[in-house]
Amino acid sequence: MEILHGIFIDPFITMYELPDLLVQVLWEGFVAGTLYSLIALGFVLIFKASGVFNFAQGIIVVFGALSLVGLHSLGIPAFVALFLCIGIMFALAWLVEFTVLRRLVNQDPIILFMATIGLNYFLIGFGEGVFGGEPKTMITAELGLPTGAFDFDILGGLVSLQQIDITAAVTAGVMVGGLAVFFNKTRIGRGLRAVADDHQAAQSVGISLNHIWIVVWFAAGIVALATGVMWGARSDVSFALSIVALKALPVLILGGFTSISGAIVGGLIIGISEKMAEFYWGPLVGGSIESWFPYFLALLFLWFRPQGLFGEKIIERV
Amino acid sequence: MSAETLQSNAAADAAPGQTREPVLQVNNIEVIYDHVILVLKGVSFEVPKEGIVALLGANGAGKSTTLKSISNLLRAERGEITKGTIHMNGKLTNDLTANDMVKLGCVQVMEGRHCFEHLTIEENLLTGAYTRGSSRAVKDDLEMVYDYFPRLKERYKSLAGYTSGGEQQMCAIGRALMARPSIILLDEPSMGLAPQLVEQIFEIVKKLNQEQKVTILLAEQNTNVALRYADYGYILENGRVVLDGTAEALRENEDVKEFYLGLSSEGRKNFREVKHYKRRKRWL
Repeated sequence: MEILHGIFIDPFITMYELPDLLVQVLWEGFVAGTLYSLIALGFVLIFKASGVFNFAQGIIVVFGALSLVGLHSLGIPAFVALFLCIGIMFALAWLVEFTVLRRLVNQDPIILFMATIGLNYFLIGFGEGVFGGEPKTMITAELGLPTGAFDFDILGGLVSLQQIDITAAVTAGVMVGGLAVFFNKTRIGRGLRAVADDHQAAQSVGISLNHIWIVVWFAAGIVALATGVMWGARSDVSFALSIVALKALPVLILGGFTSISGAIVGGLIIGISEKMAEFYWGPLVGGSIESWFPYFLALLFLWFRPQGLFGEKIIERV
Repeated sequence: MSAETLQSNAAADAAPGQTREPVLQVNNIEVIYDHVILVLKGVSFEVPKEGIVALLGANGAGKSTTLKSISNLLRAERGEITKGTIHMNGKLTNDLTANDMVKLGCVQVMEGRHCFEHLTIEENLLTGAYTRGSSRAVKDDLEMVYDYFPRLKERYKSLAGYTSGGEQQMCAIGRALMARPSIILLDEPSMGLAPQLVEQIFEIVKKLNQEQKVTILLAEQNTNVALRYADYGYILENGRVVLDGTAEALRENEDVKEFYLGLSSEGRKNFREVKHYKRRKRWL
């Protein structure tokens, strides 16, 4: 009885009595969620256009951030380093296309998946070899990212919003908006959607799959770099971050592997629900449920909607 | 009449029609899928400039494979041209990629339409002009396609996946036109469409051929319709060309009447006899 009380009644009483705390928790969840969304977005882009489930996406996030910090520590100015990192992301996209996708075209998806696992470990080894394995601090100030916090005196308490979190949320919004415009309004964006729909037909109208692959891997790389910078600014930059990056998996299960809006909504749901669960229900089992709760949620979800919230709209003619 | 004499007769008939320079020359090609399955066993033919040529034959005769080996879409299906050459406007094209072919002006409309389901009709048409960049001319061509297919203009905002089979076929042909091709490879445009609609589509194809000067290479099972619109035909069986001639000559040919048009000198037969007869008498 007491347990039921603890699960179904107490947390809601706390929410009601301390609304400022609730707002704070929701905000934390929202920010974590936007970052999960961005990682998931990278997965979705690549999955849609090349049918590859890119296991290395989380590592690319860390690799991007690590290259930025690493280059800066070599004495390169922050913004130059940022541009170099964009170049590195392009080189990576090209390399993946040239060494993996091009060679393995027409193979089973599982083989391409294995290749991305290989890519994952290659990037870890390469990153650590070049920039060193110890955790680093993101060059927040040098990039001109704000570090303070806004404190709001509302709802009978103090709600504190970190400026870097606001920047992260805005960046995520801009990225998503930019991608939406790119997909819907440009020639190459249309080409990308065409490839996602039907590889062969896309080839028949003269769209080169190789170019499209480079474009999507590059786009996913840019998204990963932005995510890495934001995330790195909130904690350290090290390959331990990739564990967090794997949270994109439950996001994908929730949102569907092929839906961009699904990745965004899924990310927000996962982010907010894990923070809520941690804060209000965590103490019942001794805390730190944040690390597994998203997977549990995803499992529940699989029972009821295996195609995800926004799984590809299946077109059926009647 | 044996196949050999027929072939030479047909060639003689065709002589005047074939004086135009060929856009496409396919010379004795052999195609193997997956390194083991031999699908084409030496196919040769020519497509004259601004002509309509039909490749005819039953399921599995190799029509689609022939078209795909020309447009170089074969590699995506693990197929490979192992022998022979294909020339377009005198240029050897065996080793080019599919998008090189589109840039050279050779576009395939694939069997089963293959529209981009999640794109609108208009976006589908615009992807057709992918290789041309975006320019004023593309917009004009969009209008030109809408003039030929007014139906598409009505539905320009619908997702292609929700349109009817006929509309999808029009969309696929329109999309190919947007690349401003000099030759269109049309694979089985009649598939799954009502006879009236088939007729309508062939009318438009004929019009495109005459007005836009697009050369057409057509693969069809529906021999009857194809021979009414084409100038010249090749009949494929089992990966080989077994007969060719002008459309007129083929329509009058006894064997074609019997095997492909369902007519014969003794009038229509019942199905059991037809099957029995066919099993015994094959060219190969």
